[in-house]
Amino acid sequence: MDDIILEVRNLKKYFKTPRGKLHAVDNVNFSVVRGKTLGIVGESGCGKTTTGRCLLRLVEPTSGEIIFEGTDIRKLGRWEMRKKLREMQIIFQDPFSSLDPRKTVLQTIQEPIIANRLIRGKAAIENRVLELMETVGLAERLINTYPHELDGGRRQRIGIARAIAINPKFIVCDEPISALDVSIQAQILNLLKNLQRKMELTYIFITHDLSVVNYFSDEVAVMYLGQIVEKAPTEELFANPLHPYTKALLSAIPLPEIGSRRGRVILKGEIASPIDPPDACRFAKRCECAVGMCTEKAPQLREVKPGHTVACHLV
Amino acid sequence: MADNQEIVLDVQNLTVQYVLEDETVEAVNDISLQVSKGTTLGLVGETGAGKTTTALAILRLVPDPPGVIKSGSIRVGDIDILSLTKHQLEKIRGKDVSMIFQDPMTSLNPVFTVGEQIAESVLLHERVSRTEAYEKAKELLEMVGIPKFRSVEYPHQFSGGMKQRVVIAIALACNPKFLIADEPTTALDVTIQAQVLELMKNLKQKYGTAMILITHDLGIVADICDEVAVMYAGRIVEKGTLEEVFNHTRHPYTEGLFNSLPNIHRRHEDLMPIPGLMPDPTALPEGCSFAPRCSYATAACRERQPYPRSVSLTHTVRCTAYDDPNFMIRRGRHG
Repeated sequence: MDDIILEVRNLKKYFKTPRGKLHAVDNVNFSVVRGKTLGIVGESGCGKTTTGRCLLRLVEPTSGEIIFEGTDIRKLGRWEMRKKLREMQIIFQDPFSSLDPRKTVLQTIQEPIIANRLIRGKAAIENRVLELMETVGLAERLINTYPHELDGGRRQRIGIARAIAINPKFIVCDEPISALDVSIQAQILNLLKNLQRKMELTYIFITHDLSVVNYFSDEVAVMYLGQIVEKAPTEELFANPLHPYTKALLSAIPLPEIGSRRGRVILKGEIASPIDPPDACRFAKRCECAVGMCTEKAPQLREVKPGHTVACHLV
Repeated sequence: MADNQEIVLDVQNLTVQYVLEDETVEAVNDISLQVSKGTTLGLVGETGAGKTTTALAILRLVPDPPGVIKSGSIRVGDIDILSLTKHQLEKIRGKDVSMIFQDPMTSLNPVFTVGEQIAESVLLHERVSRTEAYEKAKELLEMVGIPKFRSVEYPHQFSGGMKQRVVIAIALACNPKFLIADEPTTALDVTIQAQVLELMKNLKQKYGTAMILITHDLGIVADICDEVAVMYAGRIVEKGTLEEVFNHTRHPYTEGLFNSLPNIHRRHEDLMPIPGLMPDPTALPEGCSFAPRCSYATAACRERQPYPRSVSLTHTVRCTAYDDPNFMIRRGRHG
């Protein structure tokens, strides 16, 4: 039996807007195995970031259960939740806006250590910060620099050091490399992989980049307009995509090889509005294979092969 | 790239610097490139490599001060861009040479309808009446896949992909000979990116526009470019046809870029990032600027600037290591 560290059941997050309810996350279910990585992919506005934030209750979900190591964290009080967050951390997308510009590297990284009273004494804390800086590959001499003096890759390393400072078990990585240059992206991906091995971390890796998710995740969930449309082990998903949206998404990745343009599916139109969506397949309007049933009834996620689930009437 | 083809853009030994009070940024150093009719050159490199400065220099849009075009020549067709007056330049921009900017969200004017914005470009360069220009604008919208009736709408009513289509329509309004697209799809989602790239490919086939496509995404280059120039720290380190640069890579930096990308077919292979960072353009190292990050670098690399060396008629590489006739990069050995 797999050791499930996190299970999410019927997670919903609706935002109230003047024009109606925006269904950012609509009935999402998944679980993550300890020490593994679940990739969540999708385009802007599909609800992947909101899902990630709901897991740590940085955004309070509308309904649903988030069971982390046997406890439904939505039932925890403020103080208990704070304690829980020692085990659950997040790395944000934009290393330019997620760091306090008025804090030095030392101040930024030591903050979670002090807040959780993990280590006491100035010298001991500084030693721990230096140790963390070494782990994430930041030179010791940078300890008193400010974020504006550093490039994107180094800033992202600070974000990572801060997230692992209190030895969490679980980290949500929200597009941790999309603001970085290619050669730096690879450096950060390798760092995250090494940390996972060393600290036995479990990741949720949120990204729009399918080649990255393919490299990094053990399992992938594809989201479209607030719902998971397909979920499978990475190799299975890339070898045998079933949902028309997944197929289109896979064929849209430009590969750095000549003549790689194999039967590209070019989607028509754009993502529909997530405000009060009708009870139908949300992808139907852009789908090549849509039939009458698709606009009448919403498809449910069904398991078609062990571990491979898909929400489409036609599969 | 046949020699008998009409060369639309010819840049020779272009050097651009940003001269600041206490330092000089060497943004573009002695680059030469040519683009023929109907071909697309991909200009590849990371942030700060000088791609955008090169593009801006071609249109003489480098902010001055502090930007200075130190030396070189730029010719579009038979026009010598560097000798033009301000007034003459305005006639050329948008007519002979057009540019598509990276961010469609900020390159449109929020207080005019998209129809008016496209018509403006037509009115400026062609002898037509206001109504005729507006009709032309509607046709252009249709051409980039937006229904005519939306010409009366404002930019905020369009999504990102649609706005980029409007920007493309403006750029193509006067049938330019030469088009510069600066990261045209970076701000867009993959499925929308695929739509926009498809559109640009069709337009190239239809009108034979010569194009420079600036990007950091080697996947996009493989998709729509005919030739590739790889920039690093303001220099073109490798240049050739798509086939040459992708399948017969010569420069260690180009190799490093390929190795940094996750390979969709071999997912368990470890990534091999390029160690270190791009050098500070205000203090470039004396020898090859890539030497500090290069695993093949020798003492000679750190001492002198490599010169462009021809591999074939179309393929050049700037790398001192090729002084040794037996030198080969790893990618070359099994590719």
